[in-house]
Amino acid sequence: MRFLGFLLRRIVGIAAVMIGVSVITFAISHVIPADPAVAALGDHATDEQIAAFRAEYKLDRPLVEQYVTYANGILHGDLGRSIRTRRAVLDDLADSFPATLELSFTALLVSMLVGIPAGVWSAIYRGRMPDFVVRLLALAGGSIPIFWLGLIVIGLGYYQLGWFPGGGRIDTFVPPPPTRTGLYVVDSLIAGDLDALGSSLLHLVLPALTLGYFSTAVITRMTRSSMLEVLGQDYMRTARAKGLRERVIVLRHALRNALIPTVTIIGLTFGSLLSGAVLTETIFSWPGLGRYATASAVSLDFPAVLGVTLLAAIVYPLANLVVDVVYYWLDPRIQHG
Amino acid sequence: MVRRSPILREPLNIIAIALIAAFAVCALLAPVLAPYDPLAQTLSARLEPPSAAHWLGTDSLGRDIASRLIYGARISLVIGVVVVALAGIFGTFVGLVAGYAGGLADEALMRLTEVFLAFPPLILAMAIAGALGPSLTNAIIAIAAVTWAVYARLARGQLLSLRRREYVEAARSIGVSPARILARHLLPNAIAPLLIQASFDMGAAIIAAAGLSFIGFGAQPPTPEWGVMISEGRNFISTQPWLSLFPGLAILFAVGSFNVLGDGLRDVLDPRLRRAN
Repeated sequence: MRFLGFLLRRIVGIAAVMIGVSVITFAISHVIPADPAVAALGDHATDEQIAAFRAEYKLDRPLVEQYVTYANGILHGDLGRSIRTRRAVLDDLADSFPATLELSFTALLVSMLVGIPAGVWSAIYRGRMPDFVVRLLALAGGSIPIFWLGLIVIGLGYYQLGWFPGGGRIDTFVPPPPTRTGLYVVDSLIAGDLDALGSSLLHLVLPALTLGYFSTAVITRMTRSSMLEVLGQDYMRTARAKGLRERVIVLRHALRNALIPTVTIIGLTFGSLLSGAVLTETIFSWPGLGRYATASAVSLDFPAVLGVTLLAAIVYPLANLVVDVVYYWLDPRIQHG
Repeated sequence: MVRRSPILREPLNIIAIALIAAFAVCALLAPVLAPYDPLAQTLSARLEPPSAAHWLGTDSLGRDIASRLIYGARISLVIGVVVVALAGIFGTFVGLVAGYAGGLADEALMRLTEVFLAFPPLILAMAIAGALGPSLTNAIIAIAAVTWAVYARLARGQLLSLRRREYVEAARSIGVSPARILARHLLPNAIAPLLIQASFDMGAAIIAAAGLSFIGFGAQPPTPEWGVMISEGRNFISTQPWLSLFPGLAILFAVGSFNVLGDGLRDVLDPRLRRAN
């Protein structure tokens, strides 16, 4: 019961934030100096064409009325029509979001698989060479421009070594798997299509490594510092005094407790993955939300920009909610406290 | 024996401060230090690899990359300083007002910061920069607009923990005005976490501006901005990698230095926040 109340409160909070987000994005895309009608129709459009365009997108109505129409649309699952693609924004998002999700999940998986062991290793060897190397790599991960890293990775992995494809989600001669989830890896597994599976996995390697470096660095730093904190606790000394093996002490007693702050940071990183995805997708011609966002912003396609920002802004609070639920389940003190 | 400032005890901090100083010197003395005009095209010397005449080579229009990097330091440092100043001042002001006023105003302002923190920064910055029109100034405004909320929360948090202190109560009891209490007693004591955040945000702003420029929403060619330079070298990554390599390293070192400085400041200024390392 207590859990339900907690969940409900959080969901109401998210709804409130989303209203704010929609107002702000709406304000940004409607109080702009550039004219979307001219951007869409070109400089040679006649006054009648511009007036017709403004009427079609309701740009001639008062701002408040435009917002109410828009908000009402959102509640009915209608995000408007994209000026650039001439399709419903919701359909465009549904097409491009799975690509971003697949890339971000893979990047996050890589970050956890690399970051947690690296952090533990670094903490155990505190002050010695492995610690120094890990800390330097983590520092670089937090300071490297992701679009530059992407170029370097393509230069090495594609041009120099030729091991991996340089862009896209799947080889042009491999038909994509039938859409179930929109995640190529999952869909090709469902369809039992090994060609599609291999190709989509290969295509994921370079962009996921690029996108994942930053979150790997964050997870490494967090794991290291919470491991150091836990390793200094009294119960660690007790475990040693009991004669437990070092492996058991580190993995069973220390890591389990040290992981709690790491879980929080993993949730927080998810929001930054989306920002990173914009640049990563541009470099790797990855047909996801980031590329869609960039193309929409360039062409002042305000319904599309609004749609992307709304979707992106809900991911972060949702990821935090998931973290809180995991927390609740991981740390009995929260449940009973 | 001369006592060294605690931040200078860590070798990495010394390297970072030296690098920041070097970038600052490049920024200030760019016209003196740069061997060539950063915009001068020498088409007979296109795409030359690093040599004695051109230490870091030339780009596709025969411009000297080293000179462009040096001038780029000027642009990047200005971006960092202006973003941090705009976001820091505005955010701190909002946070102090919220914390001091309390009640409904506090509640409303804090919900507003939550909304801004929910946006993935680059997507919001892109929407703002796209709406205002692509230029360096608009990129700076966009980045400041996605950065201020953190300062509001930090300043408010500090204020709430400080306002109950005895010296504040004492000032209030002798009739010191709220504005004066805020400026003379609360702000100076709340400044440490803001400074730490500012150091991290210098780096974050430089990276964000370069990213916006890279996708076309920030500085425009032929401006010698580091992100623009990486973008211009993009098509030569397999044949003339130095075009993108050097500006990327410049960003890495500049941002890395500010991040190290931020860590160092945190360790020195705020023992409570000190991480276990």
